[in-house]
Amino acid sequence: MRENLHRFFRAARGAGVHVSPAESIDAMRAVKQVGFSDRAILRDALLLTLAKSQDEKLALGDCFDLFFSQPEPKQDQPEADSDDNSSQDADLSPSSGPASQAGEGQPPEELGPLAQMLLSQDRNAIAAAIASASGAASLSDIRYSTQRGIFSSRILNAMGLQRLRDDLDVLTATNPALAERLRAALDALREAVRDTVSQGLALYAREEAENLRNEILRNAPLARIERRQVAEMRALIRQIARRLRERYSKPRKRQRRGHLDVRRTLRRNAAWGGVPFLTAWKRKHRDRPKIVALCDVSGSVAQVSDFFLLLIHSLHEVVDDVRSFAFSSHLIEVSDILETKSPEEAMADIMSKVGFGSSDYGSSLVDFEKEWMSTLTPQTTVIVLGDARSNNLDPRADILRRISERSKRLVWLNPEGRLAWGFGDSEMPRYATFCTVVRQCATAQQLERAVSDIVATYQ
Amino acid sequence: MAEQKASTSIEAVESGLAAQGYIASRQIATAVYLSQQIEKPILVEGPAGVGKTELAKAIAAWRGMKMIRLQCYEGLDEAKALYEWKYAKQLLYTQILKDKLGEVLGGAQTLHAALDQLHDFGDVFFSKEFVEPRPLLQALEQPGGCVLLIDEIDKSDAEFESLLLEILSDFQVTIPELGTVSAIAPPTVILTSNSERDLGDALKRRCLHLHIGFPEQRLEERIVESRVPGISQTLRRQMVGFIHEIRTLDLKKLPSVSETIDWARVLVLLQASELDTEIVKDTLNVLLKYEADIEAAAPQVTTFIAKAARSNVFG
Repeated sequence: MRENLHRFFRAARGAGVHVSPAESIDAMRAVKQVGFSDRAILRDALLLTLAKSQDEKLALGDCFDLFFSQPEPKQDQPEADSDDNSSQDADLSPSSGPASQAGEGQPPEELGPLAQMLLSQDRNAIAAAIASASGAASLSDIRYSTQRGIFSSRILNAMGLQRLRDDLDVLTATNPALAERLRAALDALREAVRDTVSQGLALYAREEAENLRNEILRNAPLARIERRQVAEMRALIRQIARRLRERYSKPRKRQRRGHLDVRRTLRRNAAWGGVPFLTAWKRKHRDRPKIVALCDVSGSVAQVSDFFLLLIHSLHEVVDDVRSFAFSSHLIEVSDILETKSPEEAMADIMSKVGFGSSDYGSSLVDFEKEWMSTLTPQTTVIVLGDARSNNLDPRADILRRISERSKRLVWLNPEGRLAWGFGDSEMPRYATFCTVVRQCATAQQLERAVSDIVATYQ
Repeated sequence: MAEQKASTSIEAVESGLAAQGYIASRQIATAVYLSQQIEKPILVEGPAGVGKTELAKAIAAWRGMKMIRLQCYEGLDEAKALYEWKYAKQLLYTQILKDKLGEVLGGAQTLHAALDQLHDFGDVFFSKEFVEPRPLLQALEQPGGCVLLIDEIDKSDAEFESLLLEILSDFQVTIPELGTVSAIAPPTVILTSNSERDLGDALKRRCLHLHIGFPEQRLEERIVESRVPGISQTLRRQMVGFIHEIRTLDLKKLPSVSETIDWARVLVLLQASELDTEIVKDTLNVLLKYEADIEAAAPQVTTFIAKAARSNVFG
């Protein structure tokens, strides 16, 4: 049973639940207390000891149901779990030895153990044999869906497929009807093994597959994401946003030891005649993050602006003081929309108001200067998200200069690669002179880094 | 046999808590049972008002133990949570004992000798006498064990978590001047959190993690039954059904169990025999705590009452 628990811990790790050795020891102790007889209690106990958040509980609950829907390996097969393939083979080969010596025309009793098992249609025994063989073939090592074939054949071999084939050959000659039955049973067995492997894949390989997919997605250019990946991409961006929020939403207190705050120390120790029992230290003053985000939602960046807006939406959750604006040919403030609505609604709303137009950076900047220039203070970070393609209209870089002078930093995130800047109607080189930082920002990973840097300057 | 014992013990926990007016789900009872058996703290998470703090109170009442409560807030530190030196007392004692000290040290010829003699007194002024125990230390010093409730741990600073680690895993604290103080009887520790911030892994790892969500309809009915005995069965069903409908809405603050109980009390006070639109609209402010929420829910009241009544007929 301990083996089973160990395999469950592995499956749990596969499902994305962090199970440390200490936690597995706790789980063992808990299971020792509650026992295996009541599945509901067992489930609760494992959920209590292993899962440490609501998400993990859900994942682990699913994992538990999947795992324990498998038949349990038979108890009286000591080699099955402890050792590898070799021991299983060793277990089978002596039994096949004398059987093959028996020669042709033997009655069914002379068949190999697997054939007998199949013919007697002992479901429990078959299920147990599959489970122990999958243990021997270390099914829990399966990582990718392409490995399904190899694991199926490993399991079948471990169950003694070779011996069964011999038996079949012999039987077709001697007892065709029985051979037919055996063949049908073998097909059923293959199917059962395939199901077991698929289940194993679902149990043990989930994490690896997800990591791989996310890794690819994180580095894929946002503008070229296929339609079917959009939903996954959104989930990924939301994950990034959550990570940013966790990292930065609660300002860490930073005491600067070493500089005595004399006034506060004296005041605090007034009770015992000014003898400084308690010392007070000076604290470092930190700016509160103030961010103004300008987001291009015109047709040329349509595919990327979705993600930009999503990220700005998450910025609103991390930082108290964010004002966001969207523009294509003119500029409007969208802070309220982003703050009150869910990401999807907000994005649809913004797109219907200003989206998909042809971009005019000049007039958008004029709009901004006219109405909102006064909101910029020396503590503000201004982020511009856009490709700086202004359809050959006046770029009004002078306004950008004034914005840069009024603010703490001006960061420009451009979805296009550095190579494209300045070609065609791109005004990037002109704007770049006034920006504190200009970064290419084409993949989810770059997006995360850029925003993380911006928030980090305030920490 | 151990397994048999386990399920009966879990039932015992359930009925023990029920006797204190706390209707626990199977999961909660399992958590309480396990925390006793493997001596681990329970970290309870869930929305506000689902009975996280109540659970600690109920356990204390059921086992007849003292409950020590530590309310966490930003800026809570060692001096307020663990122990503090009684500075004023120390100061006073040195003043009073000044002459005595002078006498004792009078015999010494040199400063060095005086210092040596002073050392012989040991750390008189840093002994147990002068320690002011705060909740955490108090909990360790209870001879009969106790229930230690560390409430809203998510409100405290991240540094405070690290302070708790020693207590949670080994039930001991280290005071530099005195050495290590171990628990006389390991206390039952309950930590609660509203998930305002994510707790550290080190803390989570030391605890059983229990999530209390909104209860199922039957369970909530039982809770109302035990807390507000005066309410009729039909009304109870209707109001719990209604609240479950309200929880499907997208509101700022969903009504939780404590609101259900408050509302049941209000309805009993108003001598309502069954729900109707009028009375629900008048008392909606008991259930919902934001103006925007009330506005969002108000137009739905009639449909929800009808739904609740219908499910009542079939349920």
